[in-house]
Amino acid sequence: MRYDRHITIPEIGIQGQQKLLDARILMIGAGGLGCAALQYLAAAGVGTIGIIDGDLIDESNLQRQILYATDDIGKQKVDVAKERLCALNPDLTVDVYAEYFTAENAQSIVTQYDIVIDGTDNFSTRYLVNDVCVKCYKPFIYGAVHKFQGQVSVFNFENGPTYRCLFPQPVQQGQIPNCTDLGVLGVLPGIIGSFQAAEAIKLILRIGQPLSGKLKVLDLLTNTEQIIEFTPNQEEVMKAREMSLSKSNSDANCSTVKGVNANEMMSWIENRIEINFLDVREPHETPKLQHSNVICMPLGQLPNLHSQIPSNRSLVVVCQHGIRSQQAIEFLLTQKFPNNLINLEGGMAAFSAIEFTT
Amino acid sequence: MKLKVKYFGLIAEFVGASEQSVIAKGLSVQDLRHQLETEYPKLKTITYQIAVNQKITSDQYLFNDGDELALLPPFAGG
Repeated sequence: MRYDRHITIPEIGIQGQQKLLDARILMIGAGGLGCAALQYLAAAGVGTIGIIDGDLIDESNLQRQILYATDDIGKQKVDVAKERLCALNPDLTVDVYAEYFTAENAQSIVTQYDIVIDGTDNFSTRYLVNDVCVKCYKPFIYGAVHKFQGQVSVFNFENGPTYRCLFPQPVQQGQIPNCTDLGVLGVLPGIIGSFQAAEAIKLILRIGQPLSGKLKVLDLLTNTEQIIEFTPNQEEVMKAREMSLSKSNSDANCSTVKGVNANEMMSWIENRIEINFLDVREPHETPKLQHSNVICMPLGQLPNLHSQIPSNRSLVVVCQHGIRSQQAIEFLLTQKFPNNLINLEGGMAAFSAIEFTT
Repeated sequence: MKLKVKYFGLIAEFVGASEQSVIAKGLSVQDLRHQLETEYPKLKTITYQIAVNQKITSDQYLFNDGDELALLPPFAGG
């Protein structure tokens, strides 16, 4: 009864529905994309769904992350997602991993599933997803959003191209901002996540033409869609296959500790990239960083006051020469600071040197 | 050589348009990268791919009159 409307379609039928019930899909990230994709996959009867995400539900997620309700604020995303999906369809097995997807856990988790869906929100994790899927020979479905525009593709499917074949140059964190920094129309990840679910179902059923070697680019404002074709780049595929996962993670500088040099930071400020700054110097130290989003908190006070540091944007930590800021980042990492931490290399000494020469 | 160029994501914001008619000063995709990066220096700060007639091409591709280009950055958001 539950799957009647699937079984009625000749391309699916009882056999197709059984394939869905036998399928194992891993959703990396339970954010805007994940919330949409997961509900359709669960409703469709995809038998085993894994969800990995270390985040807690924040009020600002509710504008687009439609698995969660106001009462869920502060709860672990994967736990609430599992509860909702099991209520929607009790036939399912839902495995949850209340942790971030890292070089350490990636391979052991990915090998347990047939298809991976990338619903992450930063480049470092996206390159990690690519590289682990290439190593483990798993297809993965890419989705990404920017304000009113979205991208969807199927990577690493039957020797098809990978994420690195499309975007070979590693993207530096901060170079292109994410939703937190830039904003996104709430309905957009719903649409893109639904496309990802549709592509996953097509791969399981082996019907139609998957978006392998094709990047779908949607624009909600203009109601236009482009399908851009691209081909495998064997050099990039080999790179992903051979590189250690910790390297692929840090290559795109994904993980949490990143350095930025003074020139790069200047360009972020000039481009009005939305970031927060934490100055861990003592109050008498100069020059001060001139920016509207600076919070000053000397290193020694961090253990008592760190909960006051805003985490709504990536945080650039600065000091005089880049040493104390590094220590501050190491401390904030132990406290599981929930956003990117970036160290200003060379500190304000280096930054003020270029500030006065440009 | 007259080209139709579409800009996506952050690139459209840097250029201030989602589409432009561009007279190419050079012959190749590589030349056009230089031309656009000179005109819009912020392009140098990001990674992007160029598609010609809906296909990602190499920087060595030589233009034909009327080619339609798309400048595509990766998106991070999820």
